Parts: sequence; structure tokens; C-alpha cells
Amino acid sequence: MNGSRRLSLIILAAVLVVFVVSWILHTTGFQGDGAGTWLSVRDGFLVTLAAFLTLAIFSFLYKDNPYYKFAEHLFVGVSAAYWMCVGFWSTFVGNFIPRVSHTLSDFFQVPYKGFNVFYFVPLILGIMLLLRLSSKVGWISRWALAFIVGTTAGLNLIRYLRTDFITQVSNTFVPLLVDWKGIGPFFSDLSLSASGQFMLTLSNWVIFIGVFSGLIYFFFSKEHKGLFGTASRVGIWVLMITFGASFGYTVMGRVSLLVGRLTFLFQDWLGLIN
Amino acid sequence: MKHKLLIGCCLLLLPLLAPAWAQEAPVADTTTDSTAAMQAPAPVTDLTARDKENDHGHGIVLEWTPSVDDDGGLNNVFGYVIQRAESPDGPFEERGRVPIGAGGYDDIGSKERESDGFMPDYVDYYYLVRTLTVDEAVYTDSDIIGPVQSYGQWFNTGRIPVLFFVIGFMILTMYFITKARGGAKLFVRRLAGIEAVDEAIGRATEMGKPILYVLGLGTASDIATIASFTILGRVAKKVAEYQTGLIVPCYDPIVMTVAQETVRTSYMDAGRPDSYSDDMVYFVTQSQFAYVAAVNGTMLRELPATNIYMGKFFAESLILAETGALAGSIQISGTDEIAQIPFFVVACDYTLIGEELYAASAYLGREPVLLGSLKAQDYAKAAVIILAVIGFITINFDWGGFKQLFQVLD
Repeated sequence: MNGSRRLSLIILAAVLVVFVVSWILHTTGFQGDGAGTWLSVRDGFLVTLAAFLTLAIFSFLYKDNPYYKFAEHLFVGVSAAYWMCVGFWSTFVGNFIPRVSHTLSDFFQVPYKGFNVFYFVPLILGIMLLLRLSSKVGWISRWALAFIVGTTAGLNLIRYLRTDFITQVSNTFVPLLVDWKGIGPFFSDLSLSASGQFMLTLSNWVIFIGVFSGLIYFFFSKEHKGLFGTASRVGIWVLMITFGASFGYTVMGRVSLLVGRLTFLFQDWLGLIN
Repeated sequence: MKHKLLIGCCLLLLPLLAPAWAQEAPVADTTTDSTAAMQAPAPVTDLTARDKENDHGHGIVLEWTPSVDDDGGLNNVFGYVIQRAESPDGPFEERGRVPIGAGGYDDIGSKERESDGFMPDYVDYYYLVRTLTVDEAVYTDSDIIGPVQSYGQWFNTGRIPVLFFVIGFMILTMYFITKARGGAKLFVRRLAGIEAVDEAIGRATEMGKPILYVLGLGTASDIATIASFTILGRVAKKVAEYQTGLIVPCYDPIVMTVAQETVRTSYMDAGRPDSYSDDMVYFVTQSQFAYVAAVNGTMLRELPATNIYMGKFFAESLILAETGALAGSIQISGTDEIAQIPFFVVACDYTLIGEELYAASAYLGREPVLLGSLKAQDYAKAAVIILAVIGFITINFDWGGFKQLFQVLD
């Protein structure tokens, strides 16, 4: 037995020992009505398993290893099965059966909502999609796919045109000077508060210049040279500053997720935090 | 000094004595208030009811002139109760309450038959408005109005600006597609990220390593995913020509179906149909982070030379890009998810930002439909710039009518 294999076995043995010890400690330390019953055994196992899988995933930060592979494959398999069950119970049983069959509704214990023949349309489209698995009649699935893509594109055209286009164009019509009463009052009442005249005026300028130059950056029919190129450069600067702010904001959210996981490990599993 | 101190203490103590006085005073006032509360207020007048416009039905709009005793006269109105029945003889049920001063109410029901608030269309409804006082036993009912029916409209007049823009954009798109099909050369400027794709494929071929192509977490109907299919087709054709490996893990089963069709067609176009295998394009799972875990594992095991991320991405974008960087792959990304672009910008070698992804599919595919659409978008952008400048000028010279043209009502 070579060294690396021996080391792997030692690590595996250590992991198993820690797992069993943690399970026992959580079972015996269970406080509540279920103490000493299978409930405490179950909860002890689940907490230990969750901690083990968390650390297995974290081990990826070092390098790929069998524990990460185990956690990854378990996660993929369980999630695929879970979403299949959710899809069956929420879509098929929750939406389709209550509208086509009283008998099946009673069998699945869901309230019958009345027969609606239109619900056979998605059923037929779904079957057409599944025909993809057959090499002979797989071409039928393209029709169902065309319907899905075409309908969604048509609906989204109106939605995006309204929210991302017309509304945004309208919001670009901003006054150059907000509540302008003259240079004297402007400087005498100068304030950096968000609702102050100076900040509102500045934000209007940023909105207009940012939208104008950003649109120029995304103009693909002309080379970005000369004055056009300069405006495009301003546009990409505006974009990058926005992305930087978004990056910082999102990273804070991700750190909070990490804090949540570490809290689970140190509080729920190790009990080091009260 | 002592006198001043005494007067000051008396003044300070005055408010403490005031409640005692106040308790005595209201004896006469209570009598007066209760007398006023016993009088019923005047009813509302000019009550009208009509179908709610620009909706899918199940809604009636009521308007009235408030009671003369609302903020005037007896001044004893507390609010209004709207009641409805399906017959002028009742029974009337309460539909809603509005405070004093209100002159209207929208009676909106549910369109779901099994819902408690279901309000069927084409049914005669009768309404009355009850003017309430503080004592709910004292009230006055208006005249009963009806019958009125609710029904849906086929055309929402509040969205006429959307119609104009849709028609305008469609005309532009059809014009440029026709022009492109006629053989006209439509110029599209250079996109650095796309030009790097060919270089990246060549690198993978030289290193003898596969290319990993990630379509993202969108569905087959998302625009970013559709654009990604075109780029995948181009990449697959090159990969087939160079006999390089291709790995396409998919999040969505329908996306997998389309991707398999795309890659198979590309291999056939390259004259290598026998090299294609369905195992190249496979479904992983529809769970976000389980998918990411699997793709990360693939990256560190297969060690692809090139990672291409094109499509819709969410929180997993940085995990994918950082792992790819760890594996030493050259990375090209493109997404229209604004929140994820920063992560791709910092972790990938080339990034297509937003609409550049859509332009890339036209740039690579060179299909008349795609090129024509891209040109139409560009001219639409030019129109937006002009409209923005006009709007900016009009708003600053207080010519407010122009902005009203862009108001879209719900």
C-alpha cells in the first residue's frame, strides 16, 4: 500500500470517527420533547450530515477531492430527483389534474376545480416535447419548442418595450436645473443631502449623460472613432463605475451567505456560539 | 425675586390644573356632540357606475359627489360604505369602505371562478353608497343605481404609445431584413470578445484539451439563451473542423434539446456527422448550485483549455469564472444580467456586455434575419437618442406635452 493511499485511508477513518462522535454527541445532547428517542437520533444525524457536506464542499477551495465529488454527486442526484417530484406534484397534480378529472383529483386529494378542455393543450405540447427521445418522431418536438419560443418572444416584446424602453426614455426627460431660483439662492442653500437641489441637479446630469453615452457605446453600426469614440468611451466609463458599485453591493450579500453557513457550523454543529 | 418665582411656579402648574377644568367643560359639549351624532347625514349625490375601462373585466367604477355634511353642514360624516347586490331588492353586501372626502371607488373582483372574490362578467349589479357617522347605526343610503355590468376590453387604449413603438420597430426590422436578404452588406463593428473565440478554439486544439461551453441558467425562450445557441453553433462548427472536444453541460432539459440539435447540425455542416455524440451535450440538474458544483467538478477534472459562458447567469457566475481561472482556462463570457456582468468582467479574459451578446450572434452567424434585427435595433437606439435630446430640451423649457406622449397607463 503506497503512501498516498495510506494517507487517504487515514483521512477517511478520521472523518468517519468524527462523524460518528458528532452524531452521538448531538443525539445525547438533544434538548426537548424528543430527547432519547429516534427524533434525537435523526436530528443528530441530519446536523452532522449537513456539517459534513458543508465542509466537503468547502474542501474544493483546496483542490478537487473524493469528499467534494461525493457531495457534488449527492447534491446533483438529490436535486434532480427533488425537482422532478416538485414538478410532478406542483405542475401535473396541482395544475393539470384538478382541471381534467374529478376521480384523479380525489385520488391525489386535491380540490377539483372544474373541467377545462384548454388544459389539454399544454399536455399535448409536453408530450410532443418528450417525443424528442425518439429518433423517428423526434422532429415533432420542434413544433412544441417553436410554440414556446415564439409565444414567449411575443409576450416579452411588449413587456420589455414598455418597461425597458418607453418608461426609460420618458425618465430621461429630466430638468437641467432643479428648482432654479438664481445663483445666489443656489450657493446659499448648498447642501449635499440626497434631496437637496445640488444633488438632484447633479443626478439629472448623470442620468442624461450616462444614458446618452451608454447608448452610443452600444451602437454597432459605426466604428467608434473621433467624437463618437470619445462619447463611447464616456459610456463605457459610466458602465464600469456602475458595475463596480454593483459588484461591491453583491459581494456584501455573498459574504452574508458565508456568515450564515459559518454560523451553522459554529453554533448548530459545534455549539461554540450561544 | 420671590414673587417672580411664585408666579413662575403657578404658570408651570397651570397645565396640571387644565385637565380638571377640561373635565368640567365638556358636560355641555357632550350634550351638543351627541345631539349632532344622532342626526343622519345627507346622502351622496350624482352616483354613477360604469364598467372599468382597459381591463380584462371583473371591475366596476363608482363615482359620486360627497355628502354636503362631509367637511361642511353637520360635519358628521365618518366615511362611506359601498354595497352591491344582483337585484334592486337586495340583499346588499358590503364591497368596500372609503374615508371622508372620497368621491369614487373601484369595485374589482377576481377572475378565478374558485376564488372567494370571484366577480363574474355580464351580470347585472346594483349599487348604493351608505354615508356613515361615527355611530354606525346612524347612516343614510343613496339611491340605488343599476343595472351595470362588467366586461373585458379587447384593446387597452392606455398602451397606445407601446403600439406605436411596436409598429415602428417592426417596420424598421422588416426593412433591414429585406435589405440584408437582398445582399446588401450591413456593417457591424468589431467585437473583441467574439474575435477571441476563434483564437480560443485554436488554443484548445493545440493543447489537445476540450472546450467547455455553458449556456447559462435560462430557458429556451430567454433572449440571451437564444443568442447563445447561435454562438454555440459557430463554436461547434469550428470544433468539428478542428476535431477538438466539446463539453456542454445544460441546466434546462429543453435547452439541452435545442443545444443537441444545434451541435448536431454544426457537425453535419462541417462534414463530420460521425464525430457527434449526444454525450457532448448533457443535462445535469435544474438546481442552481448543484449545477454549479457539477460544472466546477468538470472544469477541474477535464481541464478544458477554453471556457465559454454565454447566456443567462445568476449568483453562480463568479463561482464558475473563478474556478475556470483556477483551472487555467481562457474564458470568454457574455450575459445580459446586469448584476452578473461585473463578476465576469473581473474573472474572465473577454466579456460581452448586455446587447453585445445579441450582436455577437448576428456578427458570427451573418444571417440576414439577425443582421437586419441588429440594424433595426441600432436605428431604434438612434431614435431614442434623438427623442431623449428633444425631451430634455422640452422639459427644460417647460414644454410639458412631449413627455405625455410616453405615458403608458396600466
